[in-house]
Amino acid sequence: MPRVPRHVRGKIPDLDPGHFRRAPRGKASPSLTGGLLAGCALEAGVDLSGSGRAGTYLQVDRSVLQREVLRGFGDHVEILPLGEALGRHRWLREHLWSLVPAAADRYTKAVAGSEQEGYFIRILPGRKVGLPIQSCLVMARSRTLQGVHNVVVAEEGSEAHLITGCLLHAGASSGLHLGVSEFFVRRGASLTFTMIHSWDETFHVRPRSAALVEDGGAFVSNYVLMSPVGSLQMYPATILRGKGSRARFQALLYGRGASLVDIGSRTVLEGAGCSSETVSRAIGADRSVIVARGTLTARTDRCRGHLECRGILASGKAVIRAVPELEAEGVPGAELSHEAAISPIAEEEVAYLMTRGLGREEALATIVRGFLNVDLLGLPPELQRRIDEHLAATPGEGAGM
Amino acid sequence: MAIPALEIRGLSVTVGRKRILNSVSLTVGEGEVHVLMGPNGGGKTTLLQAVMGMPGYRVTEGKVLLEGKDITGLPADERARAGLALSFQRPPAVRGVTLRSLTSQILERRGAPVRAGSSLAAEVALEAHLDRELNVGLSGGEVKRSEMLQLLALAPRVALFDEPESGVDLDNIAVVGEAMRTVLGIGRGRAPRSGVIVTHTGHILSHVPAHEAHVLLGGTIVCRGLPQLLFEDVRRHGYEGCLKCRECLGM
Repeated sequence: MPRVPRHVRGKIPDLDPGHFRRAPRGKASPSLTGGLLAGCALEAGVDLSGSGRAGTYLQVDRSVLQREVLRGFGDHVEILPLGEALGRHRWLREHLWSLVPAAADRYTKAVAGSEQEGYFIRILPGRKVGLPIQSCLVMARSRTLQGVHNVVVAEEGSEAHLITGCLLHAGASSGLHLGVSEFFVRRGASLTFTMIHSWDETFHVRPRSAALVEDGGAFVSNYVLMSPVGSLQMYPATILRGKGSRARFQALLYGRGASLVDIGSRTVLEGAGCSSETVSRAIGADRSVIVARGTLTARTDRCRGHLECRGILASGKAVIRAVPELEAEGVPGAELSHEAAISPIAEEEVAYLMTRGLGREEALATIVRGFLNVDLLGLPPELQRRIDEHLAATPGEGAGM
Repeated sequence: MAIPALEIRGLSVTVGRKRILNSVSLTVGEGEVHVLMGPNGGGKTTLLQAVMGMPGYRVTEGKVLLEGKDITGLPADERARAGLALSFQRPPAVRGVTLRSLTSQILERRGAPVRAGSSLAAEVALEAHLDRELNVGLSGGEVKRSEMLQLLALAPRVALFDEPESGVDLDNIAVVGEAMRTVLGIGRGRAPRSGVIVTHTGHILSHVPAHEAHVLLGGTIVCRGLPQLLFEDVRRHGYEGCLKCRECLGM
């Protein structure tokens, strides 16, 4: 009989946010130091020196420590704490909770029931932001809850890449991160959103996000998880409302330790000629459990969607479950497809690379790195290199089988 | 007496429960190129795979010595680092790993400049394929040229070639043959390296001269001789004729 870990029998824990205290506002954690923070942020793709970035938003627990736009990009991008943005833009209030219902679950309720904390990023009409914008949400205090609400608006004809790192500061342990994010991609705009998570096995994470894409708009969502996490559950939705709108989702998941990850995306294809592609790659190492979901819902005849879930089970104690779903609601002309596969690391491939002088561990890491293929994400080279190094350095104890 | 580049002493190999090779012996001197011929299922690929140390090929008797050092118990990566390399007949597809990244890793390990990868790729007309995944969607000729590129990067002291011309058109055979000459150091103004070539047709020998040929039949070497003469004999009498040769040699 296969050895199925005990925690597989349970579901993602239904945590009570009330059991976590909120960090005091405006008071930095005693363990917080600039050097340590910068090092942790780099792990999640955020360079706090601001080098090579058009703008930066940094929030630690509940305190905004940095919000700046690089000179030359002032008329391209607005970066504000959400509370301040609500004071500046009256129209923003109508957007809040318009894509993610405030009462969706106990986590959204917890965020809605507290002060508005999080970032507002707006790319101004027609502006093409040549450098990535970055935001960083850090948990520095142990046994706390961080609840943020983020709003991103890519105005008509604009173009930008936003990198968000969510992470814990060295020394922090145990906590709950709740992140509500709403994305508005206006007519003809193009927004790439890359989220990199760096937690540990004592943290629980419940992002809740949704995007609305108008005519000719394009939304690319990348998600990278390389470190262990206690439990993580997210199921972002994207509504392709506009004609010819496009979406692409890419998730690279490396399940380490006893991580419990339930992740997916839902795309609703409504606009004529819209299209969507979803790709997830998961490595199940150690005692991790990964559920990779994906749903495509077609509500227009002229649309196309493809969904691909691929997994490598690299440990006899890990579990991967792929759940692709296609729904066509009274639209016979819709084209939806999916493919899902779970396989081991092919011993033949490992042996082949070893004949080229690579040690067994190096061959395994090379295959894992290739499978997760970070190149696909179109990240800035230095960020891509960092993730690549991370993959090469720690192939996971189970990968060796 | 000079130490042979590669010495196979009384090698018996089992795959699964089946014994494929029976006490095979073969000595390849420094700078020599040997040819292995024989019908399908005769054990040629098994011999090369076992010498390379591929998993699943269990040596039950005998030894493999590389430049006098016993490598019989070493894994494939240590054999590769000791100077042995194998060009596969049908290499596996490795998704996500590009030819460029693997070539760079090989060159880095050897302390050679990574940029040399591009000029090596040019030698086998694969510059445009460097960012393709290993053996994914490649034609027969491209697969062989990819194998040659990896061997050029490895610069082995002893190279094993498993049917380098199979599935390859005439133009590609010339490119593959030229790359084999480079790997073996033939006509390159440096000390020639050693090699073993498995071939069915012998076409590759018009590009790469060989010193000696061996016929492997039923897991045993049954005949040896000069490559051109042996191919001519096989053409006339088939491999059955080799059994008589075996008697002549008192094997």
